[in-house]
Amino acid sequence: MKVRNLPILATLALFIIMFGAGSIAFTGFFSVQNFLNLFIDNAYLLILAVGMTFVIISGGIDLSVGSMLALSTMVSSSLLEKSHLSPVLVIPIVLAMGTALGLFMGYIIQTFNLPPFIITLAGLYLARGLCYVVSIDTIAINNEFWKGVAHSTINLIGNNSVSPSVIIAVAVVLAGLFMARYTKFGRTVYAIGGNEQSAILMGLPVGSTKIAIYALSGFCSALAGIVFTFYTLSGYALNGKGMELDAIATVVIGGTLLTGGAGNLLGTVLGVLVYGIIQVLIMFQGTLNSWWTRIVIGFLVFLFCLLQRIFESGKNAALAKGRAGQAPKAQAAS
Amino acid sequence: MAGEEAWGMSESTPILEMRKISKHFPGVKALSDVDFRLFPGEVHAIMGQNGAGKSTLVKVLTGVYKQNSGEMLLEGRPIRPDSPLAAQKLGISTVYQEINLCPNLSVAENIFVGRQPMKLGRIDWGQLNRRAEEALKRLNVSVDVTQMLSSYSIAIQQMVAIVRVLDVSSRILILDEPTSSLDENEVEQLFKVIRKLRDDGLAILFITHFLDQTYRISDRITILKNGEFVGEYRTENLPKLELIAKMLGKELSEFSFAMGGAERKQESAQAGSDAKGLLSVKDLGLRGSIAPFSLSLDEGDVLGLAGLLGSGRTEMARLIFGIDGANQGEIQVKGKKASIKSPRSAMLAGMGFCSEDRKNEGIFSELTVRENVILALQGRKGTFRYIPKKKQLEIADELIKSLAIKTPGANNEAGQLSGGNQQKLMLARWLATNPIILILDEPTRGIDVGAKLEIMELILNLSRQGMGVIFISSEFEEVVRCSTRIAVLKDKAKIAELSGEQMSESNIMHTIAGGR
Amino acid sequence: MLAWKRLSRSKIIWPLITLGILMLFNLFFTPHFFRIEMLEGHLFGNLIDILKNGAPIMILAIGLTLVIATHGIDISVGSVVAISAGVVAMLIGGDLAGHPKYPLAFAMGAALVACTAAGMWNGMLVSWIGMQPIIATLILFVAGRGIAMVTTNAMVIWLYVKPFALLGQGYLFGLPFSLYIVAFLLLVTYLATRRTALGMFIEAVGINPTATRFAGINAKSILFWCYAFSGFCAGVSGLVVCSTVMSADGNNAGNLAELDAILAVVLGGTSLSGGRFFLLGSMVGALIIQTLTTTIYAFNVAPEIAQVVKALVVYGVSLLQSESFRARVAGVFGRREVAA
Repeated sequence: MKVRNLPILATLALFIIMFGAGSIAFTGFFSVQNFLNLFIDNAYLLILAVGMTFVIISGGIDLSVGSMLALSTMVSSSLLEKSHLSPVLVIPIVLAMGTALGLFMGYIIQTFNLPPFIITLAGLYLARGLCYVVSIDTIAINNEFWKGVAHSTINLIGNNSVSPSVIIAVAVVLAGLFMARYTKFGRTVYAIGGNEQSAILMGLPVGSTKIAIYALSGFCSALAGIVFTFYTLSGYALNGKGMELDAIATVVIGGTLLTGGAGNLLGTVLGVLVYGIIQVLIMFQGTLNSWWTRIVIGFLVFLFCLLQRIFESGKNAALAKGRAGQAPKAQAAS
Repeated sequence: MAGEEAWGMSESTPILEMRKISKHFPGVKALSDVDFRLFPGEVHAIMGQNGAGKSTLVKVLTGVYKQNSGEMLLEGRPIRPDSPLAAQKLGISTVYQEINLCPNLSVAENIFVGRQPMKLGRIDWGQLNRRAEEALKRLNVSVDVTQMLSSYSIAIQQMVAIVRVLDVSSRILILDEPTSSLDENEVEQLFKVIRKLRDDGLAILFITHFLDQTYRISDRITILKNGEFVGEYRTENLPKLELIAKMLGKELSEFSFAMGGAERKQESAQAGSDAKGLLSVKDLGLRGSIAPFSLSLDEGDVLGLAGLLGSGRTEMARLIFGIDGANQGEIQVKGKKASIKSPRSAMLAGMGFCSEDRKNEGIFSELTVRENVILALQGRKGTFRYIPKKKQLEIADELIKSLAIKTPGANNEAGQLSGGNQQKLMLARWLATNPIILILDEPTRGIDVGAKLEIMELILNLSRQGMGVIFISSEFEEVVRCSTRIAVLKDKAKIAELSGEQMSESNIMHTIAGGR
Repeated sequence: MLAWKRLSRSKIIWPLITLGILMLFNLFFTPHFFRIEMLEGHLFGNLIDILKNGAPIMILAIGLTLVIATHGIDISVGSVVAISAGVVAMLIGGDLAGHPKYPLAFAMGAALVACTAAGMWNGMLVSWIGMQPIIATLILFVAGRGIAMVTTNAMVIWLYVKPFALLGQGYLFGLPFSLYIVAFLLLVTYLATRRTALGMFIEAVGINPTATRFAGINAKSILFWCYAFSGFCAGVSGLVVCSTVMSADGNNAGNLAELDAILAVVLGGTSLSGGRFFLLGSMVGALIIQTLTTTIYAFNVAPEIAQVVKALVVYGVSLLQSESFRARVAGVFGRREVAA
């Protein structure tokens, strides 16, 4: 049990160290609001990462989430401002669009046995291109409801507050936790990631589950896009460039194995917090290029992947040694 | 005859009957009119060599294949399962050699995944864990069911697999090579479980190639050979030697002294002690693979490795050629200590190796015949001393001719060649490097009789030219025919060495059976 | 007759036909597509544009062809292009008078060394540590852009050193200079892979890595150098890109170039599962992609829309390469294929 939770503890330790280091180095760093800001600024990433966690646990990958986020910002802002639809219609339409695109990709990946990274990489192109089809320029959102949500705050203890986006993100995380632990769907995702062949032989609905996973990722991308527009109040085709990598990085840092079969949404939350705090640290530092975030994230991903690999081969070696404790004895006479 | 006695003497009715089952594939008759029956409360073993039809029979039973003719009766009613899931629904459960479970899920979850108990719309973990514990207790197994499956040994994982399939349905349990990865203690653990299930009335079909285990655990044995039914016997009535003889298709009286080996022995005796030592292996071993062994090979020697399927012959070859790294012992080539850590170092020391798995370890089907032939030679020369295409063709053509490889041309894809010719192609590859030691693992398997003879003739020729050959074959007759000395293997260990007049099929079989 | 038979069996015929179809389309529907004029001492026209603009992708595709032949993939090439541009731009400097901070040769050399090192990093992860190629190269995909941005201090660096422009904008004997770079790299790679045993070894590793090892060949070393070479090619491509726009934009340089390059290799006949590779085919594949882009341009469609078309082409090619898809289509048309 302990060994299995090692990666999450590592991430937690990492976060605590970073938060602590920041508090010591910079005045004004150590505050509850600063901690809550991590959630406010990265609510969209958290939602993306929840969908990505399920995909990666099943052994797949989805490189289209960043562009899908951009597409949903474009479509929402366009529907609101150009078509003058009410938010009551816009939100379901955008969510349905994201789910449908994810469903399409999942379908051809599963049915025709195509490599997920190529199909979702092409999906990245497709979604980004469709953004430009909607509009080349930025579309500012002036809808009253939207602006209301964007500017409202929810007060917590003391003078601290969070945005409604955080509530949405937390709700998504909780829903994800429930699905992962308490639904047959969630357990099938883990089974597929552990050994897809076995899962098929055990009679699990592998095909439909795999398609549903990509649809779920599409849904999360669309929802994350809507949350992002609450943050920026605009639709911009260049949104979300590279975001899929951020999402993958936070999932990996959170302890989920890229090879599939192991992962935990709590770890993903910690991963997002680590990502957020690196950016805050760099900002507080003032002189470093904010692109150092990319490098640090890349390095952390490498470190965690390396640790995972060492861990895996060490485990295999230990098992082999333990099992072969006695080589079969020569049986000269029976 | 002994076989037919068992038919008339059954005390109970069989729960399963397979009658006159035939199954063929293009060009291959896998099963011809095979009969098989299973009784409740019994462990029934199917025995046979490669190509006997064991796995095909099981695949027909479990719905992977549909038989071409014949019928199956379960409790008297005809059945025709069309998929493993359908077979499972009928009560026929299988646990395979590769544990078909998910290593990342807990023990309890592996037992119940897909049928987890629910409460108020969510999985009831408490009940799931409790029921898993109870199910395992019924087999006298006590483990923490909340731990990940992969943290347990293969033996425990197998028990979990057994519990899962039995929990889903339980009339017939098929165990396919369950002991291949287990050590002695674990085998005994498994056997305790099997005996308990049998005593509870379950019908168990046990497939194994381990001779001694068959005698320890089974009540009944069915023998298949070349897709045909040889006989069904009660284990207590079938002596080991007779079992081996029937598996190989010989009657005890049929053995003759082989010609080839004796001739070679005379020739090598004439050569006298001029023959130099090529290879000397002392106490080479690898945990979990094969018990430490020693052997030696002189110029002109053909050392045959004889043993039943699973006796450890390929493991031995892999250790000598550096594919697996030994964790004890040493290898000497031409009297000097050699560090054989990889196939490359083995090749540079003058060895060559033809794997028994042509498809996955030998042939590059999309490369041409020419490329397949010169690949090892080119590897030896390195990247930069490229053999010009003309010379490649020369070498390839020469070997194609001398080995009589049937191919439209050296520039055709190797994947188009027949099995026998692919085998010769692998041989050609190593001959091109002029090795001093050649290891051949089942070079005559799955090829026609004509090609078999050609290859055996070739081996004898190579040994005359001074090459040292290690020759592995499941056909004892071939081993006796080609070898100057024979090492006998059994259950992953070398148990004896035969030479001179001792080399005969009957001696090999006696040695394996455990002494006269 | 025999020559036609041999030609029709060679893998390169299909990419050439595709390119031919595109050209035919332009012949009928695009005015002045094939017009070539001599202006300012060099050739000028849509066809020349295709060659010139396609050069960076062609260079990437050369290295990527070898990586894919080993049954691997390198998605970091776009980020490495950015690193190359960043390094060379920083070392040359943005001096308005056109005086380079360091000699041009040194700056370019340093960029190439950095990118080859990046490739070696990938190679080490794949061959020694044994990571899956997609995951191993993903790391540089993420971090690479950060490294590029840090190198340029997140600024777009504009270059005024005229001689450097030769690479991407210059002409030699009327043809774009970058074309000569492509030709040279192609020639060197061709000689290295087909005049030594390297090509055969690479194909062997891609087809059957176990058998390769059993045949006494050092498969790990081959994998390592293929990825190192891919990094080197990304470096060369980055130099050309930087020279073309006389600037280094760490954020946008090489953006999404990896997909273009992978697509070029696949269109050119090399299979994603490794084995036989076709350098010339990859060049034709890159030309197909560039022609597609140029055609879309000629119709005054926004270049970003080209991405949608490219994505759809990827889906089409993937489906065609999928056996189960082909079987289904054959089934629909009544031809039942016997399952092995």
